[in-house]
Amino acid sequence: MSAANSVLTHRRAQILPTIVLLLGSIYCLVPVAWVLVASTKSRGELFSTFTFAPGTGLLDNLRDLFTYGNGLYLRWTANSALYAIAGAAASTLISALAGYAMAKYEFRGRSLLFYAILAGVLVPGMTLAIPQYLIMSELDLVGGYWSVLLPSLISPFGIYLARVYAMASVPDSTMEAARIDGASEYRIFGSIGLPMMVPGMVTIFLLQFVGIWNNFLLPYIMLSDESKFPITVGLFTVLSKGSGQPTLYGIAIVGAAVSVIPLIILMLTLQRFWRLDLLSGGLKG
Amino acid sequence: MTALPRAERRSGAPYLFVAPAVLLFVAFLAVPIGYAIYLSARGLRLTGKGIFGTREEVFVGLDNYVKTLTDPGFFAGFGRLAIYGLISVPLTLGLALLFALLLDHAGSRAKRFSRTAIFIPYAVPGVTASLLWGFMYLPSTSPFSYLTRELGLGEIAFLGAGGIYPSLANIAVWGGVGFNMIIIFTSLRGIPSELYDAARIDGASEWQIAWRVKIPLVAPALVLTGLFALIGTLQVYGEPTTVKPMTPEISGDWVPLMHIYRDAFVRDDLALASAASVLLAVGTLVVSVVLLKVTQKRAFGGMQ
Repeated sequence: MSAANSVLTHRRAQILPTIVLLLGSIYCLVPVAWVLVASTKSRGELFSTFTFAPGTGLLDNLRDLFTYGNGLYLRWTANSALYAIAGAAASTLISALAGYAMAKYEFRGRSLLFYAILAGVLVPGMTLAIPQYLIMSELDLVGGYWSVLLPSLISPFGIYLARVYAMASVPDSTMEAARIDGASEYRIFGSIGLPMMVPGMVTIFLLQFVGIWNNFLLPYIMLSDESKFPITVGLFTVLSKGSGQPTLYGIAIVGAAVSVIPLIILMLTLQRFWRLDLLSGGLKG
Repeated sequence: MTALPRAERRSGAPYLFVAPAVLLFVAFLAVPIGYAIYLSARGLRLTGKGIFGTREEVFVGLDNYVKTLTDPGFFAGFGRLAIYGLISVPLTLGLALLFALLLDHAGSRAKRFSRTAIFIPYAVPGVTASLLWGFMYLPSTSPFSYLTRELGLGEIAFLGAGGIYPSLANIAVWGGVGFNMIIIFTSLRGIPSELYDAARIDGASEWQIAWRVKIPLVAPALVLTGLFALIGTLQVYGEPTTVKPMTPEISGDWVPLMHIYRDAFVRDDLALASAASVLLAVGTLVVSVVLLKVTQKRAFGGMQ
């Protein structure tokens, strides 16, 4: 191969892949860009001007959004944060405990538990939302915060991952050494197992956080009081009321724009904590 | 696993560790399924005769299952789901694999930017994504229809009878590509580079390396992502529900979960909704297990 020819192939090997990646990036960013631009438009502009031309109504829209239903939007954001942070934190700890025990101890019922968890991974919560509603109404919890929080605490996939992480990161020999030094099993978990599992637990937390934050059907079924809605259900109700009232369309658009920004910032800052390599590594079997 | 000391086997610690998970599992996964099965075998029947008859809840056996399985509406929902899934699942996985391979390709530029940009939609809830795309489909606000109108081509019927499947599938693809790309990409990073060097010495091109070395080695990640895409498809609910107010093409029972929701809360027939929920849960489990068997348990291979 001549030198010139090789430079040419080298160029081609750079340009085409880069173009494809950039096209993918544009595809993923366009709706976000659209909603940010649309949120600056006044009611009239939304339906009349070119969609990517910025409008003049941003401040009015924001005022409409934050005064809608006496500040419901902020309530929804706070509710989403509560459901997602409290639910993900508790469920991460519960998953870590269970996964650690399943990875590091032999006990009766371990296989049964494992297959139950695996079945739970394969039949995700959404198909169970209505049965869960029935249980919650028997317990008289329907409509309250607990009805959304409690089902979020159990995450079979989180337990499965915690088990994988515990197997990969907590060495038996370290536990054995601690045992010889007279540490109790609880102490061993607290001062050896837990710290070693932290990178994996951060990933479980983030997966659960996004899962709960994005959940729609469960809170939609469980809640009827607008002030307890998370942001997904709140925006949905604004949109479905909006078919007759264009004002509400505007609120739904600004609401979507405002809710997307903090999430994206969160994702970008937490990106380096995603340890999905552990996930795919652990699944090789 | 090494033999464990006897003292440890006697210890109650592992039971205490799994207790919260077991408790919650039983309360919010096992009991609901059991209760749904119980409810599904019951129904309201007219007892007594004539106008003095009262409606009473009685055991009806498999009636609700027969009713669900013979309901063309329920199956039509699965049919629509199948069309939707046939578009969204292969596209999501194909694009995720393509982007992951390009991110792994030494020659690509702008990798950090693309990786972040393509991952961003994962942070956007499905309902919000449907809202964004819904407005981008709606003729009066769509930038695409704006362009075609300016060019004299008229509007694109994104939400019309023919456009609704690709339009909804696109929302799922948009939301799913990034996450799957990261899973496949991290799995690619785990392949030792000596393997590539060996292939290169044997004269393999980058294409051949991708096809013959990389893709087979990330097969477990592909099975995993495929499985989750499939499970995700079976529980589609929020996206069509959100787009519904924008188009007459989406009926109140467009997908199985919408059908179940309507039975439970609009028609107030909890028994029928329970039967359908049980069928959907069991169906999902069967499909997942079959997929895992077909792919020889590659994803969850090292079970015990």
